[in-house]
Amino acid sequence: MNRIFKKMSPAGDAAVENLSDHPAGHPLSVHDLTVAYHRKPVLWDVDLDIPDGKLVGIVGPNGAGKSTLLKACLELIPRTSGEVAIYGEPYKNQRHLVGYVPQRESVDWDFPVSALDVVAMGTYRKLGWLKRVGKKERDLARHALEQVGIGDLADRQISQLSGGQQQRVFLARALAQDAQLYFMDEPFAAVDAATEQAIVKLLQELNSQGKTCLVVHHDLATVAKYFDWVILLNMRVVASGPTAEIFTPENLEKTYGGQLNLLNQAVQALQSIGK
Amino acid sequence: MNLSDLWEILSLQNYNTRVVVLSTTILGIATGLVGSFLLLRKRSLMGDALSHATLPGIAIAFGLMTSWGFDGKSLPVLLAGASISGVLGVLLMLAIRHTTRLRDDVAMGLVLSVFFGLGIALLTMVQEIPGVSAAGLESFIYGKPASIILSDFILIAVVSVAICLTTILLFKEFTLLCFDDGFAASQGWPALWLDIALLGLVTAVTVIGLQSVGLILIIAFLITPPTTARFWTNNLSHMAILSGVFGALSGWLGATVSALYQDLPAGALIVLVAAALFIASMLFAPARGVVPRSLRQRRLRHKVARQHVLRAAYEILETQCDHEHHESPGAHLVDNKPFRSETLLAKRTWSRRSLHKTLRAEQKLEHLTLRPDGTVLLSEAGFGEAARVTRNHRLWEAYLITHADIAPSHVDRDADMVEHVLEPELVLELERVLREREAWIAMPPSPHTIPNH
Repeated sequence: MNRIFKKMSPAGDAAVENLSDHPAGHPLSVHDLTVAYHRKPVLWDVDLDIPDGKLVGIVGPNGAGKSTLLKACLELIPRTSGEVAIYGEPYKNQRHLVGYVPQRESVDWDFPVSALDVVAMGTYRKLGWLKRVGKKERDLARHALEQVGIGDLADRQISQLSGGQQQRVFLARALAQDAQLYFMDEPFAAVDAATEQAIVKLLQELNSQGKTCLVVHHDLATVAKYFDWVILLNMRVVASGPTAEIFTPENLEKTYGGQLNLLNQAVQALQSIGK
Repeated sequence: MNLSDLWEILSLQNYNTRVVVLSTTILGIATGLVGSFLLLRKRSLMGDALSHATLPGIAIAFGLMTSWGFDGKSLPVLLAGASISGVLGVLLMLAIRHTTRLRDDVAMGLVLSVFFGLGIALLTMVQEIPGVSAAGLESFIYGKPASIILSDFILIAVVSVAICLTTILLFKEFTLLCFDDGFAASQGWPALWLDIALLGLVTAVTVIGLQSVGLILIIAFLITPPTTARFWTNNLSHMAILSGVFGALSGWLGATVSALYQDLPAGALIVLVAAALFIASMLFAPARGVVPRSLRQRRLRHKVARQHVLRAAYEILETQCDHEHHESPGAHLVDNKPFRSETLLAKRTWSRRSLHKTLRAEQKLEHLTLRPDGTVLLSEAGFGEAARVTRNHRLWEAYLITHADIAPSHVDRDADMVEHVLEPELVLELERVLREREAWIAMPPSPHTIPNH
């Protein structure tokens, strides 16, 4: 099956050549990644090298495989083929370096835990089997909640938080993981303006500490403002690189091809940046 | 039956009753604890399929043991058979789910009914083996705690304690699994093995509960106590403890009542007690019960209605006084005079009846007097409250217009004072916005500044 994909993807052969000069220290290197659900490919021969300390936006139409790319990197779904390296090694050796913010809708927010309990889950890996959350973990969690601006909501049951606040709880949990590389799945989806600003501030803070963030993003108008690196994805990588070079009308047309509505949005976004 | 009989049973003096009641009580603690996580993992139906799938194992274990010349009715052997076929049922269900595109509920329904049907058929077959009495095997279907003897009790107690300890040890891990299995897996927690461990605990508690509650009703014993506990608390530890308590209570009370009335089946009674606790909690639990919640909503509705009346009254008083004097900022020139209650009716779309109900409620609070000539006069307290409500309302409106895109989460109309939620500088700014927008409306002064006057 893989052979067929290779034939279909022109990028396939180039990737093999790249393998030799692939730098070991990159936060994320993806090679020939193919993922298929029920024989239907979702990602074809994805190749990526993300340099250190970038804010990376992953952009593409619905069903382009943006979330799938994150999940495949985190080994949450089986890869049909290909390799993923986090700082030069397989993910299973590098878990301590990676923080993850899943989509907000992926969990039941009527779960009987407080905001602090959820954030403390970010410390579980370090804590290890069977040990209880102690004062140290709670302090860490409280600090993370303060970093996202909702320190006063620590003891609130999570169903009593607004959507934006729930999103911030998820970000705080990733902060409590104290990682170098963050994967964030649509953190800006359906949040209020205050939360959007808080997330942007947080991303910039992480960036200034030399950390790398991969963010699935759907609002084309803000891509150039928030991210200095962009991955245009539509089942395969259309383009990946510094936003200024990659985020062009031609590339967006290749990514969104035919989806006129979205394309118009993109053109408008680019025009507004031009001004 | 007389009182001494009742006392004898409730205080567990009778040896047989003691064994039975203690068994179902301990079992209740275990089902309550494990059930909490089964419920939160949203696998309740899987538990039901599992318990029904135990029946063929019981029949086969009995058949094999008797044909090999052993005692076919030895409880550990029967329960081992039950575990094996229960687990096989669940594995089959998972296989159907992963290899076909059938939905979960179809897979569960199939496994549940096919295994149960197979079990019934096998049970009939083993009963026809000549020279062997299979009488009593069918008690696993409906449960028969009276058949519990000391050795059974020891088995049930040891397994229950082991189940409780395992659940408590893995509390953190199970919580993470149930809340966010994707995040758990990304952190390197073996989500699959944790699921298997949880399923193993559910299997164990199901199997030791077969004898007393029976395979049809055991799911109710697993699910009802945690669902009941959820009405009382938003804290998972508290929920698990309460669930254990409710499970124990159901087991103890159900078995006791069945000991009093020998012909009532204990399994059904245990489930009925659990259901009674559930209904009472659903209705009356303070945290999430239906009645307290609707009372809270009613109180809020009344409070809002009263605030509307006060604000309408204040606005009427504003229009009645001379606007000319309102040029100086911060002036507080609204006079408290009686006004016709009819004018209130035009202010909002409320019925005459509901308006008068609210007015009478306000009169009771001594905020106003309804005078015989059809006019209304606010009391000093009522006038102050009306000014406060109007002030808060206008400031929040201004806030929503000027700042809501930044922080709508800060809007708290019910706050005693806007100043309790927003920064004083912001309130000053909002007051300025309001003055500019509608120059003739004077802002009722903040009650905070009154001591300084």
